[in-house]
Amino acid sequence: MNKIKPRVKVPKKTVFGEIIEIKTLIRHPMHSGRMKDAKGEKIPRQIINTFNVKFNGRDIFRMTLEPSISTNPYIAFPFKVKETGVFDFEWIDDNKQKYNISKTMIVSKKK
Amino acid sequence: MKLKKMSKISRRRALCLIGGITGTILTPSFTLSKPNQLQDRIYSLTKGAAKVENKILLNLPEVAENGNIVKVGFEIKNPMVADNYIKHVYIFAEKNPAPDVAKFFFTPEMGTCSATTKIRLSKTQNVYLLSENSNGQFLMTKKKVKVTIGGCGV
Repeated sequence: MNKIKPRVKVPKKTVFGEIIEIKTLIRHPMHSGRMKDAKGEKIPRQIINTFNVKFNGRDIFRMTLEPSISTNPYIAFPFKVKETGVFDFEWIDDNKQKYNISKTMIVSKKK
Repeated sequence: MKLKKMSKISRRRALCLIGGITGTILTPSFTLSKPNQLQDRIYSLTKGAAKVENKILLNLPEVAENGNIVKVGFEIKNPMVADNYIKHVYIFAEKNPAPDVAKFFFTPEMGTCSATTKIRLSKTQNVYLLSENSNGQFLMTKKKVKVTIGGCGV
């Protein structure tokens, strides 16, 4: 089985007041519980059900995922830049296994 | 005597009975969500207050060749300030086995209300987007997507 590895794209340097887009991708099979394997047996449900984002410890974005989300969930969302800080991304799956990654963003002064 | 009684069931009646029995056996196996189930779900969230408005830009392909990966993007033109912002956004797929697809929680820190993700669609159907404002207002829109190859095992 492929190792589950999250990937995040955050611009390293940004300008104050700018709205940036953060793109995230995690490699995960997202078994919906309805697929059958080669032997005809049902593959049990195993999906990522929650995605949390924190910036400097504050909750900024959250999403709950259902079996109708594609394999290797891709999520993109905006963020308004106000200060330098660290993003903490967290994915939680049905086994309560957590996958974490953090990214630092530096804000240059006003234009 | 017994045989005579049995024969009183006419051919038509027998066929009806068989039809009825097979019908009752088959019906529970239809687990695909019906539009009614979705309407009930929306009603349970909005209590009948949903409105269709053109503040929402729902970005979906008209024809999706592969139902396993359909890119959905949306943008809601609403200010994101502390006393007026979009709190929750729900995405529903009318004919998937379970209508719920995703729920987003937004905060005023995001600047704008938009997001993108990829979903599975089992067949040609309407995709709904429902959003809840922090002051209790609901916005809703829908878009039809033609699916050429259904996302199996949704």
